[in-house]
Amino acid sequence: MSTQTRKNTKSKAITKPYSNMSYATEPGAFVRFTRWCMINQIYQFFRLNIKVMSIVLKGHS
Amino acid sequence: MAKIVVLGAGVSGHTAVSYLRKGLSKEHEVVMVSPNSNYQWVPSNIWVGVGLMTPDQVKFKLAPIYKKMGVVYKQALGVSIHPEGDQETTSGYVTIKYVDGDKKGQEEKVTYDYLVNATGPKLNFEATEGLREHSNSVCTYGHAAHAWTNLEEAYKKMENGEKQTFLIGTGHGLATCQGAAFEYVLNIAFEIHKRKLSHLADIWWISNEYELGDFGMGGAFIKRNGYVTPTKIFTESILKEYGIRWIKRAAVQKLEKGKVYYENLRGEKHTKEFDFSMLIPGFAGVGITAIDKNGQDISDKVFAANTMMKVDADYTPKPYEEWKASDWPKIYQSSSYDNVYAAGIAFAPPHGMSKPMTSPNGTKIFPTPPRTGMPSGVIGKVVAENIIHQIKTGKKDHPHEASMATMGAACIVSAGYGLFKGKAAVMTVRPIVQDWEKYPKWGRNLSDTVGVVGTAGHWMKLFMHYMFLYKAKAKPFWWLIPE
Repeated sequence: MSTQTRKNTKSKAITKPYSNMSYATEPGAFVRFTRWCMINQIYQFFRLNIKVMSIVLKGHS
Repeated sequence: MAKIVVLGAGVSGHTAVSYLRKGLSKEHEVVMVSPNSNYQWVPSNIWVGVGLMTPDQVKFKLAPIYKKMGVVYKQALGVSIHPEGDQETTSGYVTIKYVDGDKKGQEEKVTYDYLVNATGPKLNFEATEGLREHSNSVCTYGHAAHAWTNLEEAYKKMENGEKQTFLIGTGHGLATCQGAAFEYVLNIAFEIHKRKLSHLADIWWISNEYELGDFGMGGAFIKRNGYVTPTKIFTESILKEYGIRWIKRAAVQKLEKGKVYYENLRGEKHTKEFDFSMLIPGFAGVGITAIDKNGQDISDKVFAANTMMKVDADYTPKPYEEWKASDWPKIYQSSSYDNVYAAGIAFAPPHGMSKPMTSPNGTKIFPTPPRTGMPSGVIGKVVAENIIHQIKTGKKDHPHEASMATMGAACIVSAGYGLFKGKAAVMTVRPIVQDWEKYPKWGRNLSDTVGVVGTAGHWMKLFMHYMFLYKAKAKPFWWLIPE
């Protein structure tokens, strides 16, 4: 079992090269911001609800 | 006049009973047989498991709701199905055993014109040695409340400076419900971070998936930021963001106190120590038997090897490369008896969605098909609508269909609770079962397959909690809320 990204006790996470976790993507600051940004999230709430509703309606006869 | 008996008051059975009662006049009898006195909104058990909701917030008593609806409610376990009747009667019936009240322990024959088997899964803890004793579960509100008690102990230890290892995932090589376990590990990481204890927590995800993001449906492809991305990338990214390490392609085989034994697809045996674990057990059918009119056990004819009921699916054994979307059932009618149906988790899938994998030791390590609430509810509704049609018209056709190879599903994976700081990953797929003939490039309709993370997802999950509990309580205009 390989060691992967760990937090060292002092500060930031460190990456172990060639570990599973080292190949995973991580969101940048802007993407993290969009996840909390109320304007964007209010838009996403309605967009996703409409998407889910359309899937429900298409799904069965 | 017709009598319809529904076994099981989970999402599928309760939905079926609600639509049956609504669609049929009072002269027809609708009967619910369930050993549970409560209905539970299973998707919110995760929040009970991290102490953010109480069991009372995710359940309610069934008896008053059924009384209000005009449904006959028997708090009993289904023991056997007699679809041909017996020497005394030609009417099909189920044998039930009361589990509570004045009739506790008594058996009764309940005849039917139509039977809906919506008994859900048996949580097969016994399939993994030590799983029940040494791990936690969030499959029911009771289990989740117990898990929270143990989780709280782990938090206290960290608050006292002690490091803790958390191991969350699947507890059997063929387990499903990776999504629920995934929600739980994300919520634990979120809550630990909120308590500023992340530096003392070592959190691990262990799964039977070949690649993360499989979720028992063979993974999916989603459009994100200008790319078409496999859910493997999407899932690994979330785990990395939350500081969660992972073990994949693993079949948990045994647990002892603080230690799990597992085998991987290379046939290697490993152990992993933990302080707190939540591992989803494998599922099986509840073990109800089927008896013919001569008293012979015909369970092999009516049920598949996993004790789930065979329906209008293609059960011909075939290799993965020959699996087709058309193998999946559309109307969930028993393959042996026209007036018997199996809804929700109770029907036997024709095969999996994820490719079967076996280790060199012969250990099967792959997820079995997921059975989320949305398709379960849709199936319950469609079965009810077809029965209503048959009763009202006298015809035997099925105008309503709901194949998992055509219907879509939305799955909202909570990744932290909080109106402004909480988040969830919203995933939609259509169809649920990949159709490589219709969608040769991505297996599904790409425009309907979505993966988005954000606070809006948390609002959606919370909204659905209140909305579906409102619907399940048969409050005014409940039927306007779609399945």
